Parts: sequence; structure tokens; C-alpha cells
Amino acid sequence: MCGIVGLLVKKPALRARLGEWMAPMLIGMTERGPDSAGLAVFTEPTPDDTRKISLYSGLMEDGENFDWRRMAQELNEHLHLGVPASLEAVGNHAILCASVDPERVKCWLKERYPGLFILSTGRRIDLYKDIGAPAEVAARYGFDKLQGTHLVGHTRMATESAVTPDRAHPFTAGEDFCLVHNGSLSNPNGIRRQLEPRGIHFETDNDTEAACRFLEWRLREGDDLEMALKKGFEELDGFYTFLMGTKDALALIRDPFACKPAVVAETDDYVAIASEFRSLAHLPGVKDAHVFEPAPEEMYVWKI
Amino acid sequence: MENLTFDLAQTKVSALNHYLHHDAPGKGAHKITVINPDGAHNIAVGLDAPVEVEVIVHAGYYAGGMNKRARVVIKGSAGTGVGENMMSGVVHVQGFASNGAGASAHGGLLIIDGDAGLRCGISLKGGDIVVGGSVGSFSAFMAQAGRMVICGDAGDALGDSLYEATLYVKGGIRSLGADARVEPMAEADIAIVADLLKQAGLEHDPGAFKKVASKRELYHWNADANQEY
Repeated sequence: MCGIVGLLVKKPALRARLGEWMAPMLIGMTERGPDSAGLAVFTEPTPDDTRKISLYSGLMEDGENFDWRRMAQELNEHLHLGVPASLEAVGNHAILCASVDPERVKCWLKERYPGLFILSTGRRIDLYKDIGAPAEVAARYGFDKLQGTHLVGHTRMATESAVTPDRAHPFTAGEDFCLVHNGSLSNPNGIRRQLEPRGIHFETDNDTEAACRFLEWRLREGDDLEMALKKGFEELDGFYTFLMGTKDALALIRDPFACKPAVVAETDDYVAIASEFRSLAHLPGVKDAHVFEPAPEEMYVWKI
Repeated sequence: MENLTFDLAQTKVSALNHYLHHDAPGKGAHKITVINPDGAHNIAVGLDAPVEVEVIVHAGYYAGGMNKRARVVIKGSAGTGVGENMMSGVVHVQGFASNGAGASAHGGLLIIDGDAGLRCGISLKGGDIVVGGSVGSFSAFMAQAGRMVICGDAGDALGDSLYEATLYVKGGIRSLGADARVEPMAEADIAIVADLLKQAGLEHDPGAFKKVASKRELYHWNADANQEY
């Protein structure tokens, strides 16, 4: 069992309230997922040549005492960055922002700080995930203060792999793409065997990572979101409600047996998605919202 | 005391259910209104008293489950397993219901004004279910006794491995499950549909429904079937 939540605000003025509305949604799914929590928020984009990289130091010995400032200084020196990379750090988490090919940054990080975990890369996405109760994780990173256009969150009750921060959701692949999952896949190893010979690298043994990397691979190969999801229905076997975030959309699919729940509430102000209605009950205007259950094997895409 | 309101923003579901189990059957209120349910699970489960419970608005999982004698009205939608294992009485969902609505119901009447999700009436054991909208796939799977009236459409594999329950569908059937077949509507069937529609307060022409019942070919193992049913 796990809990998924998603929120997309339809009016620019409401972007400031994204985190405030979302935090109780995530905490509301604690019973479905008490062991880990995570969230990806999509913000205003950085300039064309600039990338944000979310980093996690909790797997290293230093943990939340990791010297982020020194890391950024070394990075600026070694990559000879004309405009120095900026850094926003909170405990074991930091968002690095640099006007340089992100692959150069990642290569350097892997060499110099191999224990540092790269959570996400993109012009819009910031990603946070850690083990612990959703309320603790939300407080640790100040989820209620987050601002942006849309976000995707997850509370985890692990069934398919160990309880560790890197196996928490959301999973990401490529840039500005993330996926959360409630359910379990029966063919993640088959998917891996399909992708690894193509040079696609996996970071964990988690089944959701296989779905995330499969769909991102399809998008990179030129499929649009609908086509990628259609291929997902054909290739991914098991139980799933998947909620995905892209640079400008939220997308939801459920397996043909609808084994895992989802409910949507839509108003003129927002689209909110959760595993159960109890995570939506606090939202303003929800009593007059259009509330519905997404059908199995259908694609739901909401654009910002 | 005639009426009593429980505000689930202030009171736990366990306190509501304790009242319904221990106080309502005696000299308690005959009508209980539940406000701010906000999708909480297990609202008004296991009742055994002729009371009316009104839930405003959305209920979570298993609302009205194991109901006996009571009338539970949910003014909004209901989560998974609404009215599951009901014995008697009425559970009425005025919005939509999620998966497994009325699962294993032995008796009573489950009314869903909107659509029902997948596996509605799975393993039905004698209860009646009337759905104003459509039902999802695998509905009435292994249903043993009771009746289902579906005013909209049915999804895939309707009535798979059906026993002696009878299904009536007004709209389309995406596919029938193994051992289910469409049979002609007899006068008695039209009377049954008319009666259930009346109880549910829905207006449809009973003659416009199709009947689905078991072929009874799965009742005995057939060595010649080569596992193809």
C-alpha cells in the first residue's frame, strides 16, 4: 500500500499556495504510507542554459552536516564556471543551480562526491524525498512553503524493495519528469533487461524505477505523453496507479483491474488527485468540486 | 430523542459507531446525521437497529458494511466496499461508488444513484443492488444469489463464473464473463426489475432491460472442455 497525491493550480495567483494546500494532502495519506515520503514540485523555469539539480546527502556519513558550501565552491573552481553555481541547502537536501551542461556537473559530483545522491535534474523540477513519517518529512523540508505550478507527492509503505531514501518516491529520469506509484509491478526485471542494453542506468532495485525509466525512455525516443502511456499499458504488467509530473502537466493512469485507488477533485482553481478522498477534504471549495474516480486503462492529462 | 448529529471533524468514527452499536438500538435517536465525514473509513458499519443514518457528504471505505435493518444514506460518493457483506436494510449512495460495492451482500438493498466502480456485487450472496449509472468490469463475479439492476452500461466480464444471481442491464455490456449468458426477460423478470426500480426511486422502462444469468456449465468439471470455457 502507498498513497499518492498531486495538485495543479490553474491560476498564476494560486502558485504561492501550492505547498500550503498540498502538505495536508500528503500527511492525510500517512496511514497508506508511513515509512517514507517525497514530493516533486514544478516551478517557474530557469533560463534555457541553466539547470536545477536536487541533491541529497543523507546516504553519506556526514548526512545533514554535509558541507554544501564547500562542495559548491569546489564545483565552481573545477568547472571554471563564469557565473558561479548557486545553492539552496536545508539539512541533507540542496538545490544546485548552474548555467552549464548538467552532465558535466553530474560527472564531477560522481567523481568527487560519489555518496551524494542526485534526486532530479531540470529547469522546473525540485525533488525531495526521505524516510520517515510524512509529517516529519514535510516539516524537515518545509513542504507547506513550496510554490509552483504543479506537484506530485507520495507516501510509501514498502513492499517491493527496502525502506531507504533512494527507494522512496518520486522517481525521476531525464529532465523535468517524475513518477510516483501505488501498487507493484510483476515484470520490472524484464523492463530492466529491455532498457539496460540501451545504456539506461538504474540506481535501485525498485520496481517503480523500471516504470519511470521506461516511460521517460519512450518520451526521449519521440513519443508524446499519450503514446508513451499507451506503450506503458502494453509493457508494464502488475498493479498500478501512476501519477507523473512533466514540465507542464500531470498525468494519471490506472491498471486495467483498477487495483489501486485514485480520486480526483477539480474546480476552476485546481485539479487535485489523491489515493483517497480524505486527502482532498480540506481543500477550499472541495464540497462543490467535480469529484470523480478515474477509470482503469484511461489516460488523464492535465496541463498547466 | 429523535435526531442526533455527529460531526466527524470533532468526533472519532469509533465514537459514532459505538453510539450506533450500543445506544441507537435502545432508546437512542432514530435519525443520526453525520457531518464532515471527509472520506473517513468504516462509517456506520455493523449496525443492527432500525435507525436512519445520513452521511453528508463523501464517505471512505466500507461505509454501511455488514448492515442489518438500518437505512444508511450517503449524500455524496462512497469509497471501496460500500455496503459489503450487508445482511438487511438499505444502503443508498447518492453519488458514485468505488470498487467492490455490495461485495458478498447476503440481503438488503444497495442503491447507487451514480456509477459503480469495478467488481460491483462480487460474490453477491442474496442482496439486491440497483445502480442508476454504469458498473465497471468484473461486476457480479461469482455472484451466488440476489439481483442486480444496472441502468447504465456494464464493463468487461460481467457475471464471470456466475452462480444463481440474476443481473438486469439496460445499457450495453462490453463483454460477458465465462458462463454468463443473456436470457429472455420473462414476465416475472419485468416485475422484479419494476419492483427494484421503484424501491430505488429510479424511473426506467423495466421492459428495456436485458437479463443475464448463468449457463451453469462451470458447475461441474468437464474433462472434454480442455480448460476452454
